Amino acid sequence: MAESRPRGEEEQLEDIEVGLLLEGVFRYYGADFRDYAPASLRRRIRESMQREGVETVSGLQAKLLHDPACLERFLHTLSINVTAMFRDPSFYLAFRTKVVPLLRTYPFVRVWHAGCSTGEEVYSMAILLQEEGLYPRCRIYATDMNPVVLRKAREGIFPLAAMQEYTGNYMKAGGRGFFSDYYTAQYEHVIFKPSLRENLVFSEHNLVTDGSFNEFHVILCRNVMIYFNKTLQRRVHNLIYDSLVMFGVFGVGNKESLRFTPREAHYDELDAENRLYRKVR
Amino acid sequence: MSGERVVVVGTSTGGLAAMQVLLPALAEDFPWPVVLLQHRSKEPGSELCKYLRRYCRRNVSEPEDKEPIMAGGVYLAPRDYHLLVERGHFALSTEAPVYFARPSIDVLFESAADAYGAGVVGVVLTGANGDGARGLARIKAAGGVAVVQDPSTARAPEMPRAAIEAANVDRVLPLPEIAPFLNGLGREAAR
Repeated sequence: MAESRPRGEEEQLEDIEVGLLLEGVFRYYGADFRDYAPASLRRRIRESMQREGVETVSGLQAKLLHDPACLERFLHTLSINVTAMFRDPSFYLAFRTKVVPLLRTYPFVRVWHAGCSTGEEVYSMAILLQEEGLYPRCRIYATDMNPVVLRKAREGIFPLAAMQEYTGNYMKAGGRGFFSDYYTAQYEHVIFKPSLRENLVFSEHNLVTDGSFNEFHVILCRNVMIYFNKTLQRRVHNLIYDSLVMFGVFGVGNKESLRFTPREAHYDELDAENRLYRKVR
Repeated sequence: MSGERVVVVGTSTGGLAAMQVLLPALAEDFPWPVVLLQHRSKEPGSELCKYLRRYCRRNVSEPEDKEPIMAGGVYLAPRDYHLLVERGHFALSTEAPVYFARPSIDVLFESAADAYGAGVVGVVLTGANGDGARGLARIKAAGGVAVVQDPSTARAPEMPRAAIEAANVDRVLPLPEIAPFLNGLGREAAR
């Protein structure tokens, strides 16, 4: 068995190559992934290498810098995360019971869904707010850095095959009606009702480089910051804090928390289990 | 140098019973963190973590994103996320399932090999699919140690078999001998 050597030369060389690739992509295209979490970034770089038919990270770098179409594919690989409607139903149930009563006290509610990907969770929130009678006075700003996923989100078309799972999630999330009332099925896809889209605003926003663009009563950023390293997470936590009204609500994924973040002391737990927090100072 | 090493264990069908044998036999002063990945449903409500605690002298916990990897820790991969290892801490991901699995053993093992190189001990236990084989090969390629449960003693032999085929493994052991082997590695390193 090999003597314990912490990391081999090959891995160290690859570290250097990854650093150079990210630096190159940033300096040439302005797309900044330098503070992404290294492990999943490396997975996706390998995935891209395989797809592009190159043997080394440096080979991928050369292709990325000389072929904008290759960059497009790379950006897509980096931004696709697989989610579901009413992912973690108990989160939505907690939102209904603990957040909705707070929102009723506002004449107008602005929600920011940061990193909305293809929109499954945005439509989930629209349905919830509609059932609670709040949707007419809400506006949901759904943002992502990738225009391709935003286009999909805007269309609101999802595979029919997923609806069985989503229906189950919807019921566990405290749904009050029939899930199938919210969409129309055609062939292998469903399209969600236009009335759900009325108060949705989709736009490009990059958490790495862009700043605050409004003040919100609710900010959801679930399973987005897990792709960032701690430096970038700190930046985004500050950005979110600055974008939230006093007593505004902040929701993260169920394996994320505000522990060890710079703003931890500025929030109270609204629902610890479901990772809902309230800005209190 | 206990901080330089990590043990990753992957299992699927039959894994619960296998971990009931493995966990209690781990030495109380076992020097390295142990990361368990049992294929599991994405539905909430499973008490898997609580259940495993009954068989382990150490606290078993599901790590949060960026949680530090502690030498004495026993960790269980949470449902519906991939669990990845980075230098000194965990990271989570909601990338697509790999061969229908999220968490995926390959994803965990490959990230461990990237982050800890030759410091990784990979263990593949019973399971009815090929997950973990690629990851174990990567662990070996990075200079780590690969241990596989003897397929003839596994409730589902496919996963150990695939791992043995893919990686040049160091040991193929009947289940009851795996923890003693790990304990031995730990004692050796402590010397």
